[in-house]
Parts: sequence; C-alpha cells; structure tokens
Amino acid sequence: MITPVLIAQLCIVGFVFFMLLNSAAVMVYVERKVAAKIQQRMGPWLVGYRGALQPLADIVKLMFKEELRPAAADGVLFALAPVISATAAFTAFSVVPFGAETTFFGLLDRPVPLQVADVNVAVLVVFAVTSMGVYGIVLAGWSSNSKYSLLGALRSSAQMISYELSYGLALASVLVLAGSMSLRDIVNAQAGAWFHVIPRWYLFLQPLGFFIYMTAGVAETNRAPFDFPEAEQELVAGYHTEYSSMSFAMFFMAEYINMVTVSAVATDLFLGGWHGPFLPEYLGWIWFLLKVSFLLFFYVWMRWTLPRYRYDQLMQFGWKVLLPLSVLNLLLTAAGVLYFGV
Amino acid sequence: MAGLNHYLALSGLLFGIGATGVVLRRNLITMLLSIEVMLNAVNLSFIAFGRFLGAPDGQIIVFFVVTVAAAEAAVGLAIVIALFRHVESLNPDSFRELKG
Amino acid sequence: MAYNLILFYAFGAVAVAATVLVIAQSNPVYSVLLLIASFMALAGLYVLLDAPFVAVTQIIVYAGAIMVLFLFVVMLLNVPREEAVAGEIEAHESGSARAFGTLLTILMGVELAWALGSATRLGGRFAGGQRATAWTVREIGRILFTSYAFAFEATSVLILIAMIGAIALAGRHLAEKKPSPISHPQSPITAGSDKWPG
Repeated sequence: MITPVLIAQLCIVGFVFFMLLNSAAVMVYVERKVAAKIQQRMGPWLVGYRGALQPLADIVKLMFKEELRPAAADGVLFALAPVISATAAFTAFSVVPFGAETTFFGLLDRPVPLQVADVNVAVLVVFAVTSMGVYGIVLAGWSSNSKYSLLGALRSSAQMISYELSYGLALASVLVLAGSMSLRDIVNAQAGAWFHVIPRWYLFLQPLGFFIYMTAGVAETNRAPFDFPEAEQELVAGYHTEYSSMSFAMFFMAEYINMVTVSAVATDLFLGGWHGPFLPEYLGWIWFLLKVSFLLFFYVWMRWTLPRYRYDQLMQFGWKVLLPLSVLNLLLTAAGVLYFGV
Repeated sequence: MAGLNHYLALSGLLFGIGATGVVLRRNLITMLLSIEVMLNAVNLSFIAFGRFLGAPDGQIIVFFVVTVAAAEAAVGLAIVIALFRHVESLNPDSFRELKG
Repeated sequence: MAYNLILFYAFGAVAVAATVLVIAQSNPVYSVLLLIASFMALAGLYVLLDAPFVAVTQIIVYAGAIMVLFLFVVMLLNVPREEAVAGEIEAHESGSARAFGTLLTILMGVELAWALGSATRLGGRFAGGQRATAWTVREIGRILFTSYAFAFEATSVLILIAMIGAIALAGRHLAEKKPSPISHPQSPITAGSDKWPG
C-alpha cells in the first residue's frame, strides 16, 4: 500500500544514506584543509575551486586501484571485515533524529518525524550498533595475517571495550535526566530556555557528562589523540595495513561516518538537537547541522593539535580517571533528579 | 501469529544443538560457545513465557541469565588461558593431571 | 498477522542454521562470528515478542562484550584448528561407557521430543494473558529494583567475584615470572641483585 507518508519516509531513508556518503567526502576535504591551515600550508588546491573536488578525485583514484589480498589472508573474513565496518556505521545513524516532525508544508496528511526509525530504545540501539563496529576492525586485523594489522586490532578491541563503559554511563546520566530512551523525547525535553536566555540544553546540567561522552566518543571512533589502532608511526596503518582500493575506502568512510554519528548523538543528547533561537521549528535542521558541524570541526581541530597518548596512558586514563568520573556523574545526576524531582 | 509452542519448539531445538556441541566437540572454546547457545535457548523460552503470560518476570530473569553468562564467560576464558599456558592445547582430553 | 509468522520462521531459520554451523566449524573465529549472527536472529525474535529492551541489551552485552572477549582469547591463543590428542582418546573409552553415553543421548532425545509435544498441546492455554503493549523500560526497572532487589544485589556480588577470579586466574603468570625479592627473603640470590644481603 503506497501512501504519501510511506513515500516520504522512503525519501528520508534515501536522503540520510546519501548525506552520510557525502559527509565522508566533505569531511575528508575539511580535514585536509583545516590541517593545512593549522600547519600554514595551502592544502588541496588543484582539482576544482580551491581543491573542492579533491575528494571526488580521491574516490575515482581508489576505484581504479587494484584490489590486493595477502596470500596468507583468510579470504572470507578479509572481504567481510570492511562490509561489517561500513554497515555498522550506516546503521547507527538510522535512529538519530535530525529535525522536528513535519508535514512538508501540508503535502502529507500526518506529520512524519525527520529520522529513519523512531525507536523507543534509540539510545541503546546506537550503543549496540556502535559496539558491533569493533568486529570489522578486529576481523580485518586477524584475517590480514600481518603483525601490524593484528596489533592494531588487539589494541582497538581493548580500547573500545574500555571506553564503552564510560560512554554507556555518560548516556545513562542523560537517560536519568530525561526519563526516556527515545532520542526524540530527549531532544524535545530540551526545548525552550531558562530565564529566556540560557537554552535548556543538557550541556548545562551535564557538563561532566558531555566531557566524558566526547572523550569516550573520540576513543570509540579511534581518532587522534586516541588513534592507536592505526598509529602510523608504530603500526604502518594498523588494522587496515593490508587493505587497498575500495575495501580501504570502506574503512575510511566508516571512520568518518562514525564521527558524524557520535557528533549527531551528542547534539541530540546534550546540545538540544534542532532546538535553537531565531529560527522557526521547520528550519530546525539548520541548527542541527550547525551544531554537528561545530563538533566535527572540534574533532579535526583536536586531531591536529594534540599529540598521541602512550598506550598505557590511554588505559590508565580510561579505567582510573574516566570510569570513576562517569560513575560519580551518574550518582550525582540520580541524586539531583531525586532531590529536585526534575 | 507465532504462538508459544512455536517459540518453545525453537528453544528446545537450539538447546539440543548447544548440548550436542558441548558433548561432541573437543575444543574448550567451542564448548564454552555451546554453553552460551544453551543459555540463549533458555532465555528465548523465558521471554516467550513472559510474553504469553503477560508478566514482566520473564524479561527480568533474562537480565540475570545474561549477567551470570558474562561472569561465566570471563572466568571460563581465564581458566582456558591458564590451562593453555600449561599444556599448549585446547583439547579437554589433554588435561588429565591435577598437578600443574 | 501473517507477517509475524513469516518473520518468526525467517529469524528461527537463521538462528538454527547459524547455531548448527557454530558447533560444526573447526575454526573458532568462524564459530564466534556465527554465534553473533545467531544472537542477532534471537534479538529479532525478542522484538517479535514485544521485548525490544531485552533485544538491545542482549546485543550490547552478548554480541558487544562477551563475544569480543571470546574473539580476543581466540586471537591471543592463536590455535585455530582442533587437534586430537593422538593415541590417548581410546585409553579411557570402554564399551560400557560408550553404551551408557548412547543410552543417555537417546533418553535426552526422547525427553526433548516429549517436551516439545506437550508444549504444542499447552500452547493454546496461555493465549488469554497477553498484554496489548510491550513492557516499558520504566516498568521493568521498577520491578527489577523492588521485587528482585535481592537477586540484583547478589548478581552484582557475583560479577565482582568473577572479575577478581578472572584477574587472579589469567594474570597469575605475571607474579610467577617476577618474584619480588622482598616478599621472598629466603630465596637464593639471582644474577643482578648482588646488593641484596643473602
């Protein structure tokens, strides 16, 4: 039964898929440009206006490269690993809302939410799908049959498990505050402003939670300064050392899409999602886009500013600092909710 | 509409497969995996019962089963690692001495 | 609601096929992956049973944590193939043990068939007690922390014990390799520690 609402929802699915693919390309360009600015270089310049078409050229180059596979590799898993990584990256975004409910200016008879699937345990779905992404990395490392890949994969699995605890506890404190697990409900709970000035974002109630979430998010996405699974100076390229051509591109894409997802979820949880001043409700997605872009810029900025930690420092920090802090944060939040009855 | 009997049959089938794995396989890791299969089969029947009785207790018991499974896996794998260091084998038949 | 039954058979088929392959594989890495596939199918069945919270928790805990642990150990030990201990298996297999094992297997098969048969007969009885909506996380949490509070606390102690036990079991070689001279004052002097008064 084809109804206008169904068509609208299918369009949203296609739109999200398309935008995620594009976001990876845009992020490659932004990353290279920002890095160049920080290092006082020009960055990509020749392809298109100021090198704007450079990602396109990169994709074409990767497509025409030969697909190499080490002779000692495990064929099935070697081919499967990038698929798992990319699938997990795309799937995680499916429950993230990016705008208010809309009828597209009266085209539809009932409003549809701007998100692929409105699940009532959305926060946990994001968490579960992100934790599936680690299999792509681990299997890539194991099936390549190369010591650098294996070391990268072992590091990555230990790192992701360690930081997942803090990540989950930071999520839990927001859940306690909002009293719901649906990302849409959580965003709608942040509408409005205190004293008509300060937006009612959970960032101001949960500064520590936001810090923990972002730190653990950087570790989960294997970005600098926590990019141990692919530390160039130690492990050649880490878990994707043996990959080339499009299967390499899939890992690369998965990394950027994971960044986008972490930023989008952070926006929904802490920065009030699509709520913001000056703009009417139906233009709220502009606010959402601005907030996500800021967080993504922050990611890039951090990568080119901070040096990489040592591996033992990473583990020490994760287990001895971040985890106790997140437990404390959750306890304080729960006590606050009980006392003030928010 | 799949009824309770469908779910119980599936659960029994999975449990049987898991039990077969524990008995037939001679690899400690696969045997631990088979135990996880059996636990999951039991979880399925708990949830099915809870759903068809209209009670939440089925789901809550599953949380406890999952917790115990996590503890079991952690200790079990630690024992496997410790055994492997002694004998360099994962075959349970090669562990026949009580002295390390 | 025919699609419910179709989904049940689809998820059930995936779960059974993946589980059979789990125990048929000789490579533990494949076993672990197939078990994850089976967990995914079971999570689908839980959603069909109006338990989305359990479905997601199952994926987070089982597939996201426990199976990574298994994979980690498989990669650490790096013994992909199952090997037989040559010439030792026959030693403890007598004819009576074989017969007893066969008997037990047959008994279990009969019992399983009987249980499934009675489940088919019982199935219709419970149709009345169904709820229209799924249990919310709030309701589940309330029951978990009131009626099941003791069990909850007991499990947390169990987890703590398991954690300490796992560290003690797997981390023991560290203590054996590096004996501290202070804790064993009677031990003979080792090379490089000549400052220690024997």
